[in-house]
Amino acid sequence: MSAEPTGRTHYLNADYGVKSWLLTIDHKRIAILYLISITVFFALGGLMAVLMRLELATPVGDMVQPDTYNRLFTMHGVLMVFFFLLPSIPAVLGNFLLPLMIGAKDLAFPKINLASWYIYSIGGLFTLWSMLHGGVDTGWTFYTPFSTAFSNTYVISTAVGVFITGFSSILTGLNFIVTIHRMRAPGLTWFRLPLFVWAHYATSLVMVLGTPVLAITIFLLGLERLFHIGIFDPALGGDPVLFQPMGWVYSHPAVYILVLPSMGVVSEIVTAFSRKRIFGYKFVAYASVAIAVLGFLVWGHHMFVSSQSPYAGVIFSFLSMLVAVPSAIKVFNWTATLYEGSISWDTPMLYALGFIGLFTIGGLTGVMLATLGIDIHVHDTYFVVAHFHYIMVGGALMGYLGGMHFWWPKITGRMYPIFWSKLSALVIFIGFNLTFLPQFLLGYLGMPRRYHAYPEDFQVLNVMSSAGASILGIGYLIPLVYFIWSMRYGKRAEDNPWDAFGLEWETSSPPPTHNFLETPTVSLEAYDYADREEKRRAAEVSASGAVEPG
Amino acid sequence: MSDHEQVTGVGAYVVVFLALMVLTSLTVGAAFVDLGPFNDVVALAIAFTKATLVVLIFMHVRHASRLTKITVVAGFLWLLILFGITLTDYFSRGFLG
Repeated sequence: MSAEPTGRTHYLNADYGVKSWLLTIDHKRIAILYLISITVFFALGGLMAVLMRLELATPVGDMVQPDTYNRLFTMHGVLMVFFFLLPSIPAVLGNFLLPLMIGAKDLAFPKINLASWYIYSIGGLFTLWSMLHGGVDTGWTFYTPFSTAFSNTYVISTAVGVFITGFSSILTGLNFIVTIHRMRAPGLTWFRLPLFVWAHYATSLVMVLGTPVLAITIFLLGLERLFHIGIFDPALGGDPVLFQPMGWVYSHPAVYILVLPSMGVVSEIVTAFSRKRIFGYKFVAYASVAIAVLGFLVWGHHMFVSSQSPYAGVIFSFLSMLVAVPSAIKVFNWTATLYEGSISWDTPMLYALGFIGLFTIGGLTGVMLATLGIDIHVHDTYFVVAHFHYIMVGGALMGYLGGMHFWWPKITGRMYPIFWSKLSALVIFIGFNLTFLPQFLLGYLGMPRRYHAYPEDFQVLNVMSSAGASILGIGYLIPLVYFIWSMRYGKRAEDNPWDAFGLEWETSSPPPTHNFLETPTVSLEAYDYADREEKRRAAEVSASGAVEPG
Repeated sequence: MSDHEQVTGVGAYVVVFLALMVLTSLTVGAAFVDLGPFNDVVALAIAFTKATLVVLIFMHVRHASRLTKITVVAGFLWLLILFGITLTDYFSRGFLG
């Protein structure tokens, strides 16, 4: 990134050199470090998906060996879930924006923030090492007894990578919670906070409370695999099913770590491009907390067919459907915000609207899967694969890209090309649906997940899905190219290019190292566009009155 | 700990320590009396009382801020919920025979 000709100092040109980045404690620079790292993992995970979809273009297993295919889908899941999606919005956008949004100079613990990136990177290196030595084939969930007793791949080193990375998540969550409690600008009460901050508060609770369970589960898995201590293996006196509730007590809430921040992004974008206060602010804020809490009570819906009592299944079915209530509150409130809004179709808004549509499909198919009878029919089929991709890619990833397009001018001080960015939103939306809609049908017709070959009857739908994946791949390449291009050649961005509401838009683009030259004071409710307009008009009147004689 | 918090005197700690010792002896004593299924109930009730004393006095929750109190209560409530829904599985596995 080139220096400003005006000579203004900001966080990007305040210091130069590798050391100034690797030892930085500036939350904005750490966010950039995360951005680069997760983009690398996203590219690797995406490559695995491309290879899988290529294999599945024909019914016979003709491109890779069955064992290789098992490793492909496992590494795709591990990289995408633990090394891309979990840190994506919190560690990049959250890190960058939380202090800016609450009028603080940095996060509460800047050094812990940097430590979290190093911990993440060490975990990532373990996983990359395992991948280069042949990978792992257990599926990203590491189900026992396969992972403890049978798999002869790099289970331990991959699990250690995930274990280590978990701690970066805990530290980020802890940092966010303390920052939101202690460092809000004067006048910024809890119910004036941007909903992005509320969403990150709820996410942080899940990170801090849920991730230790993952660490414990992986630790127990390691104890058994390395030292033959009987925890999951019945031959050693363990219980193989025990792994599932333990794994899902973390892994289901983890889905909400992915999607809650995305919902926060969408709340910001929908209000900014409708020029309206969000409909039902408190409901949207509390819905984030409700989703975080309920997410901990639904692990049993992953175990409807794995020896859990059917009576417990009924209770988990009911609890899982409850999650739909706060999720629906959000969707309805975004829609109500659009109503009679002054809507503009800028790129971030296209992504946000894409999110609302795709998340709704993902959520409603989630309710179908929470229904015991349907789940037994489609369990472990492509229906499940399609459902969670609608949540994780259609939801979480669309929100991430929407947020990147919304705040990119703030992060880099540059604009990206409008035409190409709108095109990318469209290409991704079409490519995504073409990839995953056929998978709902495949699953409903009975095609199981995690096989490299399938009956010929399923080929048409599989070819559609593979074609969609190619379009989706191109859709992701376009933003990568123009974001990098814009850093050098993009038009210089104004401080508030969208005329949006929020403290992050009141500082310069890119912001100075300590974010604000003076600590801001907040006197307006969040997203109070109407009131802001009124104050602006009043200011104009008084300014014009001041020059008049008399 | 903030400045306005009351400091618990040494006397209170000694009393609680003695109470914990007495309750421990009571637990041991109750184990020798056959109360049928109520042995568990008695033991758990004593344990609950002891834990409450430790949390309130030794861990200073009695004089802590309301935020701390609500966090402690939420923690126990949470544990109860998690045990509760785990037991729905455990207790009902045999229902189908």
